[in-house]
Amino acid sequence: MIASSALRRRLLLACGIVLALLFPALAPAYRSQMALLWVMIVFALTWDLLGGQMGYNSFGNVLFFGVGMYACVLVQRDAGLGYYTGLFVGTAVGALAAVALAGLLGSGILGLRGHSFAIGTLGLGIAAGELAGGWDFVGAGGGMVPPLFPGALGGRETFFYYLCFALAAATFASLRWLYAGRFGLVLNAIRDDEDKAEAMGLRTTRYKTTAWCVCAFFLGLSGGAVGNLLGFIDPREVAFAGPTFGVWMVLMAILGGKGTLWGPVLGAVVFHVTKELFWTYLLGWQRVALGLLIVVIVVFFPLGILGWARERWPERFGHRIEDGAAESGR
Amino acid sequence: MSAILEVERVSKAFGGLVANKEVTLRVPEGAICGLIGPNGSGKTTLFNSIVGQHPIDAGSIRFQGREISRLHVAQIARLGLLRTFQQTRIYGGMTCMQNMVISVPTSELGWRSMFRKSPPSDLRKAEDLLHFVGLHAKRHLRARDLSFGQQKLLEFAMALMSGPRMLLLDEPTAGINPTLINGLLDQLRQVNAQLGITLLVIEHNMRVIMNLAQYIYCLAHGELLAEGKPEQVQKDPRVLDAYLGAR
Repeated sequence: MIASSALRRRLLLACGIVLALLFPALAPAYRSQMALLWVMIVFALTWDLLGGQMGYNSFGNVLFFGVGMYACVLVQRDAGLGYYTGLFVGTAVGALAAVALAGLLGSGILGLRGHSFAIGTLGLGIAAGELAGGWDFVGAGGGMVPPLFPGALGGRETFFYYLCFALAAATFASLRWLYAGRFGLVLNAIRDDEDKAEAMGLRTTRYKTTAWCVCAFFLGLSGGAVGNLLGFIDPREVAFAGPTFGVWMVLMAILGGKGTLWGPVLGAVVFHVTKELFWTYLLGWQRVALGLLIVVIVVFFPLGILGWARERWPERFGHRIEDGAAESGR
Repeated sequence: MSAILEVERVSKAFGGLVANKEVTLRVPEGAICGLIGPNGSGKTTLFNSIVGQHPIDAGSIRFQGREISRLHVAQIARLGLLRTFQQTRIYGGMTCMQNMVISVPTSELGWRSMFRKSPPSDLRKAEDLLHFVGLHAKRHLRARDLSFGQQKLLEFAMALMSGPRMLLLDEPTAGINPTLINGLLDQLRQVNAQLGITLLVIEHNMRVIMNLAQYIYCLAHGELLAEGKPEQVQKDPRVLDAYLGAR
């Protein structure tokens, strides 16, 4: 039973991957939207690393996304490398810059707990947007434009589709691996009772900072990719877009189920598809519809889709009592 | 016997409220000592001071001869001095097994251990200890789904998992079904005799503490009121006064 369900899960995952790889050929018109969907999955997964697994609700994760984006495009603009080299070096530099920033801020900001942490991080995101909007070196309020894609017409969308897909897959695989080990358990312990974790001798600060750096790494990478995918950077609307990307990260993770591996993925898919449908069919009212959706999510799915399922069928998630007979090897 | 824990003239005040005033006590290696006193007499504050929850105002605290009054909670825990909480604290969203394997001693764990899975030896030890406290059948349940008494047992097992030298237990029998109390007492004695773990126990249940402890300290109004063997303390008029409010 267990073996067959594991097999079934693997088959499903394989089908999903094949479908994702074939997507540009199957529905070329939606490549950009789908590329953004992969990015949304990265957003939700990385937000959940802190918000769901560790219990630190961050409203400023978009900071790392924006820093990654700016750093990448700055390298592309100023380093004088070829397009692809520039893009890859830039993305890497963006990710490292984001990690460095997370490490630097981490020891201070992560000392805050609960609401203070949420508000502190909110401030970070807003401050970064204002700084970038006033700094001439990065184009100030006018933003920046990444170099043009050199390939054939239409090749751009396909290229960034695969880049974003690879990014989402790498994020998912890394987090899955992290959650399977001690790291994931310690994050959960911090979420459930940080004082207890300290009383048991766990080095909580080290784990918290590392978690934020992991989060910043993948957000930094996605920043570079999105800057190039969209073709322009605006400090407040794209890079440090707190009211859109910053809030969506939180919503997608909550919708799918905080603190689960697949929840954020599921939440991102449902949210992104619904949002795109609103923009297509309810134009003019799309923001109202989105606002209503947000209310519905928070009121009716406080635990998210997977969180709700886990409360409903705990045995399916492995939370079961074993009676004496089972223990003695029935 | 040499003392494993020496508390010397420790004082702690919160604003104008003096919670501990020049408290001195000494716990010999391998002993079971009791700490009693009426509500609000400063027992839990003393525990908090010992494990580094808050800085003390004056005095000294030595564990295995080493001054620990300036160390942080986690550092002290890594030395092998651990406390359990009166308001039981476990990791509610995690299963009992996860609660256990996360409690392995962290002193020798380096950076790389962060990203590894728990080795089979840890899993076996966790199962054995859960068996010891009678929670083995519930090891895959989330800790928050356990009853209060069971959570207490889990917290105790977690403390044992970390291989401590000494445990400070804050009311281990409070909220536990009276029929299970004798079992818990046996477990505490076994842990003390077989694993050589020194125990300092806060307890309100007089029958329990008089049975369990070899030596008892009594606090009242933040000061050490009396100390001695259970029979002596039990008869001490000052202790009776403090509890019954005579005079």
